[in-house]
Amino acid sequence: MISKILSPEFGHFTLALACCLAGAQFIIPLMGSKVKNNRLMALASPLAWGQFFALALAFACLITAAITDDFSVQNILQNSAADKPLLYKITGVWGNHEGSILLWAFILAFFGAIVSAYSEHLPLSLRAKVIAIMGGSAAGFELFCLTTSNPFLRVWPAPLDGQGMNPLLQDPGLAFHPPILYMGYVGFSVPFAFAVAALLEGKVDAAWGRWVRPWTVLAWALLTCGIALGSWWSYYVLGWGGYWFWDPVENASLLPWLTGTALLHSALVVEKREALKVWTILLAIGTFSLSLSGTFLVRSGILNSVHAFASDPARGVFILLLLAVISGGALLLFAWRAPTLTQTGIFTFFSREGSIVLNNILLCTMAAVVLTGTLYPPFIQLINGQTLSVGKPFFDNALIPIALVLFLAMAIGPVIAFKKGNLKQTAKTLSVAALISIPCIIIAFIYLHQILPSLATGLCVWIILSACSDFIKHIALFKTSLGNTINRMAGLPRSFYATYIAHIGVAITVLGIVGMAASQQKIVEVPINTTIHLAGYDWTLTNITDRQGPNYIATEAVIKVSKDGQPITWMVPARHYFQRQQQVVTDVAIHTNFVSDLYAVLGDSKNSTQATPLFVLRLHYNPLAPWIWIGGLIMTIGGFITLTDRRFRVGSPAHRKKAKDI
Amino acid sequence: MKRKTKRLWIVLGAMICFALAITLILSAFSNNLVYFKAPSQLINHPTAKGTTIRLGGMVVANSLHYSHHDQTPTAEFKVTDGQAAIEVHYTGILPDLFREGQSVIAIGSLDQNNIFTANEVLAKHDETYMPKEVAEALQKSGKWDPKFGPPPDADTWDHMVKPKQ
Repeated sequence: MISKILSPEFGHFTLALACCLAGAQFIIPLMGSKVKNNRLMALASPLAWGQFFALALAFACLITAAITDDFSVQNILQNSAADKPLLYKITGVWGNHEGSILLWAFILAFFGAIVSAYSEHLPLSLRAKVIAIMGGSAAGFELFCLTTSNPFLRVWPAPLDGQGMNPLLQDPGLAFHPPILYMGYVGFSVPFAFAVAALLEGKVDAAWGRWVRPWTVLAWALLTCGIALGSWWSYYVLGWGGYWFWDPVENASLLPWLTGTALLHSALVVEKREALKVWTILLAIGTFSLSLSGTFLVRSGILNSVHAFASDPARGVFILLLLAVISGGALLLFAWRAPTLTQTGIFTFFSREGSIVLNNILLCTMAAVVLTGTLYPPFIQLINGQTLSVGKPFFDNALIPIALVLFLAMAIGPVIAFKKGNLKQTAKTLSVAALISIPCIIIAFIYLHQILPSLATGLCVWIILSACSDFIKHIALFKTSLGNTINRMAGLPRSFYATYIAHIGVAITVLGIVGMAASQQKIVEVPINTTIHLAGYDWTLTNITDRQGPNYIATEAVIKVSKDGQPITWMVPARHYFQRQQQVVTDVAIHTNFVSDLYAVLGDSKNSTQATPLFVLRLHYNPLAPWIWIGGLIMTIGGFITLTDRRFRVGSPAHRKKAKDI
Repeated sequence: MKRKTKRLWIVLGAMICFALAITLILSAFSNNLVYFKAPSQLINHPTAKGTTIRLGGMVVANSLHYSHHDQTPTAEFKVTDGQAAIEVHYTGILPDLFREGQSVIAIGSLDQNNIFTANEVLAKHDETYMPKEVAEALQKSGKWDPKFGPPPDADTWDHMVKPKQ
């Protein structure tokens, strides 16, 4: 019954409807603000909601088709099969090009709707412009979806069963990673819309900074979470023991993260001091442009990648046009209107603003390095046909020195006062932390024998400890009564906590990355009941069994891990053989104690005979590995704590009234 | 400090940072660019020993075997572009999609005995897929042209024309 109503044709229709509504959402409010007609401008919000509901219906139609195994739909046929588990039938909807574009458009419409819900306190003309810009970009993507990547196309005659999904993608981590990552990417459309609207209005002030900052933080937190999830997925699914491969797709997500982090900080300066306005506008435009170009250049196949779906030249051309219109248009507007924005706030170098300027310069430099490393190989191929690649050594050599300076700024910056810092006081807050972190550098050097990672370790310890010592100073721990301390703790603004939590998150991630540099691994081909020694652990292969999974056959190895005779854990790495695709997927076994990971992979043995069965095992000991993702999670939490800060709600009449009611 | 001087300082700071970044990028490029080579290119124009390159081609059918050293298996196979074949040694688990007669990319370096020691072997997700670099190398060697259908069958890669040395 539901599948009759939510048919692919209905989905196709609602997608087209959404596209029209998005077009109206772009044109009508802008016209309204031109002719100063309040009623036209007020139409922005209902149109945004209408577009959102239309796209939600389209998305529901595609999911319905996937659940009910409607193989007459080309997209379902190519990516699904009747025996696929239900979860992956649903999540498989966005595991391919067409579906992921629809998801992208849907999230964009979703952000348009929540922006219109949470912007009632904004001046009418600014609000109308912001929603109109969101509508304009959404219209572009929906048009792209309709013309070149329509997920609702039918096939005749309808085959009995689908072609199935890449088994590698059948994993819960990957199922939820794209939506969160996309929410991060698309979230930056809101600061972008605010920036373009501000250029149109010709006015950027502290209030603008306050309005745009929560949206930036939200997008940043989601993007951080998405990147961390993706990295965690490649760590435990791909089974190479690595977590970041400097693959174009990964770089494409790192670029907006770097500039988005810069935007997050510079918007703070706009809000507090009304300085860095022009720069912030440019960053907002740049960040969204990078989000767009990243995903879409990859999807169009311009950047070759393991993640890329099938490419099609028509799509590439459309995407380039869309990019040219959105980013190019915004930049033109910027060139035209930015000089009219007036600068006010004055600050000295040794101030919070000064440190944020340094942060911005460094983050943008890092983004430039990553961009160069990503685009250089395709560029050279185009120029002289030489094929080359740029990998981890390049990025390590070029990025680590810049990152070290950034960490230095991260430790010092938050302690300095706005406008004009006090050198003496700052030094007093930081000195104890600095004294403790110096021995850390030496200890790290003894373990790692490398200077730069050891320095990074020391700086990260410094970041964490200086955050703690500033916190202790603010709550006057042991200097006043306990009650007073607790009062002070409660009185500190949420964003104070959020800053330090996010910074500590970064430090923990970096410590994890440094720790991984000391990882150990061993590959062996052994018979059953052999014990292997690695990193002080005894790994004993005790048994191998076969098991039937939902759509695969699993070969599982049982490994007993013990240390100094004490049993620690049983690990079960496996190989899943998917009959339909005739593909083997390795299932990694990981045992973590949150300080280090034991990581085991079962390989396939070519020397094995009936008489003496042999099994290939790859064992890893990864110190501090879990911290990489724990740090990402802490950063995300820091971002969400900022969102709850009271200051973002001040100025919103609706909320103030509610507070009075209570 | 006047605003203009301040802006000058900021611009100067940004310029210094930019110059540093360029230096870092160039120095990192000079040491860490990894070029792609097909086996015949590598044999005709050998690189300095120890230079990391990406070697791409087809795995010669029936060339894969393992040697053992202290419980550690080393995979040994030949990679060819139809003109020349190079012996590749790889200690590690070959990717799930590694097949004889299919395309592969090995990242590593050539040693004195013309043996390529790989520290990473890549076989792409799809068994019908051929890395762009390999396809181009095969076309250049005249062994296969995509205009004339799918790549040749794995078995035909057995009979290699040995390069003259």
